Amino acid sequence: MPDFRMTRRSTMFVTLAAAAAGPVRAADTTLLNASYDPTRELYREINRAFAVAWQKEAGQRIAINMSHGGSGAQTRAVLDGLPADVVTLALAADIDALARRGMIAANWQTRLPDNASPYTSTIVFLVRKNNPRAIRDWSDLIEPDVAVITPNPKTSGGARWNFLAALAWAQREPGATAASAEAFMRDLFHHVPVLDTGARGATNSFAQRGLGDVLLAWENEAWLARKELGPDEFTIVYPSLSILAEPPVAVVDSVVDKKGTRVVAEAYLRFLYSKEGQDIVAKHYYRPRDPAVVATYAERYPALKLVTIGDFGGWDVAQATYFADGGMFDRIFTPGK
Amino acid sequence: MMQPARHSALPGFNLTFGITLLWLSLIVLLPLAALILRPWELGLAGVWHSITEPRVLASLRLSFGVAALAAVVNVPFGLLVAWVMVRYRFPCRNLADSLIDMPLALPTAVAGIALTALFAPKGWIGALLTPLGIKVAYTPLGILVALIFVGLPFVVRTLEPVIMDLPLDSEEAAATLGATRSQIVRRVVLPALIPALLAGFGAALARGVGEYGSVIFIAGNMPMISEIAPLLIVIRLEQLDYAGAAALGLVMLLVSFAILLLLNLLERRIHQRT
Repeated sequence: MPDFRMTRRSTMFVTLAAAAAGPVRAADTTLLNASYDPTRELYREINRAFAVAWQKEAGQRIAINMSHGGSGAQTRAVLDGLPADVVTLALAADIDALARRGMIAANWQTRLPDNASPYTSTIVFLVRKNNPRAIRDWSDLIEPDVAVITPNPKTSGGARWNFLAALAWAQREPGATAASAEAFMRDLFHHVPVLDTGARGATNSFAQRGLGDVLLAWENEAWLARKELGPDEFTIVYPSLSILAEPPVAVVDSVVDKKGTRVVAEAYLRFLYSKEGQDIVAKHYYRPRDPAVVATYAERYPALKLVTIGDFGGWDVAQATYFADGGMFDRIFTPGK
Repeated sequence: MMQPARHSALPGFNLTFGITLLWLSLIVLLPLAALILRPWELGLAGVWHSITEPRVLASLRLSFGVAALAAVVNVPFGLLVAWVMVRYRFPCRNLADSLIDMPLALPTAVAGIALTALFAPKGWIGALLTPLGIKVAYTPLGILVALIFVGLPFVVRTLEPVIMDLPLDSEEAAATLGATRSQIVRRVVLPALIPALLAGFGAALARGVGEYGSVIFIAGNMPMISEIAPLLIVIRLEQLDYAGAAALGLVMLLVSFAILLLLNLLERRIHQRT
């Protein structure tokens, strides 16, 4: 997996260049999937499997091109004309933004099962070998001299999940108030030495540059880093409370209708829910929806206390309260407020 | 000055002037006009609010402040390099000459990643500095290092032709009249170079203010501390706040324009005096 070492930007450039250059092998149809940062490895395998399945089912050869980047950046790229047939992003708010501009039907989240999220994940801690700073839970992140790596929630979907998971914990501490929760978040971000724009950038800062004591990461990204960089190098810590992250998928209606690719694009997304698709999902450390597949990989998914985005009033509210200009994230960086 | 005062003795003025105007409009004015027109959907108060947020002001201070500091550092060292390249012949001079252009040729992201790898706490240089308590990567100091890197060729390449044209005989004349070496440098050489030094300073500053690729990798990108204005523009774009991004872009444009105008006037003033 050579591109793990590449930066997000250079990888995105390469994938975009590949998309522009057209499919490598002869294919009847091509699809473009605009996805977020840490799904590279997952969709590489999904695409291969779907191409085989689709050839069997429809007798059509298909090539699927990928474009990866921060979830927000990808949303903007699609808005600005990146002809993606499907989007597989980090949060529903980003697909909502596309729906608001009429590119995707407003009811997109009910067109597929499980809130249109074929897999879920959660936020965990990745720490260095043997956990030298003894980090067990959110409260340990604000111990003196602990450095926390998390990307910028303004640009990274994963970072918004990180932010909300930490906030959920702080809000549920005994005797917590709105002010104490905000104080915890302010404290937490004072322990962050660098804000990358995407999740993969943050993983690189932590794993390659040796920065920080703990990385707040997608569960799948943490397992992947551990697998790629050596299980001896890193330990995964599950906090007492985290958040159920539901990365959603949708067909981009305005694009597939113009390109005439709706049938295959919809089949591609449904494939994610198939037994085979769910198996691949689990192999790449996402949490599958299919209970049978979950059972097969049970030892990999410790039961966790999870809040959901619903506990924050949904993405519209969360976005406005925490991440919009002047929201909590801006406030905790502004002194004297 | 839309019309030539008199018919020029050189033929082809109308055609070349027309093409110049069209080209400038297409390449420079059109995108600038789009930028200037974009933010106003927020209304005057909205634009004012979006460019006076503490985070925006901090990023502007950082971008212009560090770019100016980097240009200040680049001027004396660039002068030294240009002087050595023009006045001396030494082995591998051609190699050194091409090295100077590397910051221009290298994709800025590559430069940023390379500098970060060097200056990160575990990098070759970072590992030496960390015990001394000096942090470069992920601090404003890292931004300074990146901007010095990208700005150097602008100073050197602006100065070289001017040093080449310096009349050697006035230095020799000064020497025969009994001037010491330092007097020659201060009274004969430097005054002749001041316009070029200013121009090099301006070019390095302008480049530094707009630099994005090399900086974001080494900066740390913390709001209020190490977040440069161009990054804030990108962040606003990614939040789909196009008008807010354009407003910030407009402010950067105006400040840069004012600085360059000031440098030009200063240069002209000095020209007139000499």
